[in-house]
Amino acid sequence: MTVKTSIPATEGLSAGHLACQGCGATLSMRYALKGLGQETVLVIPACCWTILAGPAPMSSVDVNVVHSPFACAAATACGVKHGLVSRGDEATCVVAWGGDGGTFDIGLQALSGAADRDEDILYVCYDNEAYMNTGIQRSGGTPRGAWTMTTPGPAGADRPKKDLDAIIAAHRPRYQATATPAYAEDMVRKFKKARAIKGFRFIRILAPCPPGWKYESGDTVALSRLAVQTGMFPLWESEEGRFRLNLSPGKRKPVGDFLRRQARFRRLTAEDEAAIQAQVDAAWEDFAKRA
Amino acid sequence: MPRLDEDPFLTPPIITGGTPMKANKTGHWRSARPVIHDDKCTGCMLCWKFCPEACVTIEGDRPKIHLDWCKGCAVCVEECPADAMSLEDEEGA
Repeated sequence: MTVKTSIPATEGLSAGHLACQGCGATLSMRYALKGLGQETVLVIPACCWTILAGPAPMSSVDVNVVHSPFACAAATACGVKHGLVSRGDEATCVVAWGGDGGTFDIGLQALSGAADRDEDILYVCYDNEAYMNTGIQRSGGTPRGAWTMTTPGPAGADRPKKDLDAIIAAHRPRYQATATPAYAEDMVRKFKKARAIKGFRFIRILAPCPPGWKYESGDTVALSRLAVQTGMFPLWESEEGRFRLNLSPGKRKPVGDFLRRQARFRRLTAEDEAAIQAQVDAAWEDFAKRA
Repeated sequence: MPRLDEDPFLTPPIITGGTPMKANKTGHWRSARPVIHDDKCTGCMLCWKFCPEACVTIEGDRPKIHLDWCKGCAVCVEECPADAMSLEDEEGA
């Protein structure tokens, strides 16, 4: 190879996996594995990645995978970590990799327990903002106004997105960060960094989902980028409580640039859009104070 | 770490890495294919970087799309900064 690449050239994700065209969660896994390396075990609760990891004995990732029940990815990861340590393996990184359903809702208790005990695991939530694997039902991660199969009315989801980052931050994790595939270098760096830290670590990835968000599959990276540029998904990290914004979008684009490219938000009125813009503006005033 | 498949009697239902999904050729999912126009390609490798299939490889200073696996999502076509890629309908699609 003669080209110097901006992210590691090693490839932990195998072609032939079963993800939909343009899957943001798969792109995220590709970058995560570049940052984590092969000395990693993935613990995957029920989610899209249960399928994407492949039917045994085939696997679409080059690391070991443990499938866990929906509610207990974090607890299973803790057990795997303790098991490895008792066999004399301190080096292998144990990563729980769950969707928003298995993290915001069903796996929250196990996650909270692991964070509270400061277990030596990395928990990753790839947040595609609904139960996509079972056919787009609303989760705690679904933003207000989004269409899902279980919020089909004109107003969409009637509750705001649960502030999971704040819930995790309240546990005082060793490391916490957000990431999204358009910023691949940032994501790889965060996984490398998280891997090297001991104790409980948490990364939330915004993973665009073409069938769930209802957009053309080629727009995955563009939407991921727009989520950051509009300020709707800020990229930040927090080490031992020290908060740092990774990217200031400067003059933020209007939230409509992100929302209107997705048919799940087609029914938003101009007032709805203005309300979302006001929320984003207020959130950024908060960020400016914290950073 | 010790491979769990070296321990057959203790093996819980765990998938071990190392048998890739590559045998599963997903190219037939595709209804349109991305085409790189060599005269415009600058070799920036953004198509490699953003491929959700990991089916673009770097060959010397040029990207190569492996159509056996490409599902035709068109992320590469959208992201190409040199406008060196187009999406062309598959025959019969």
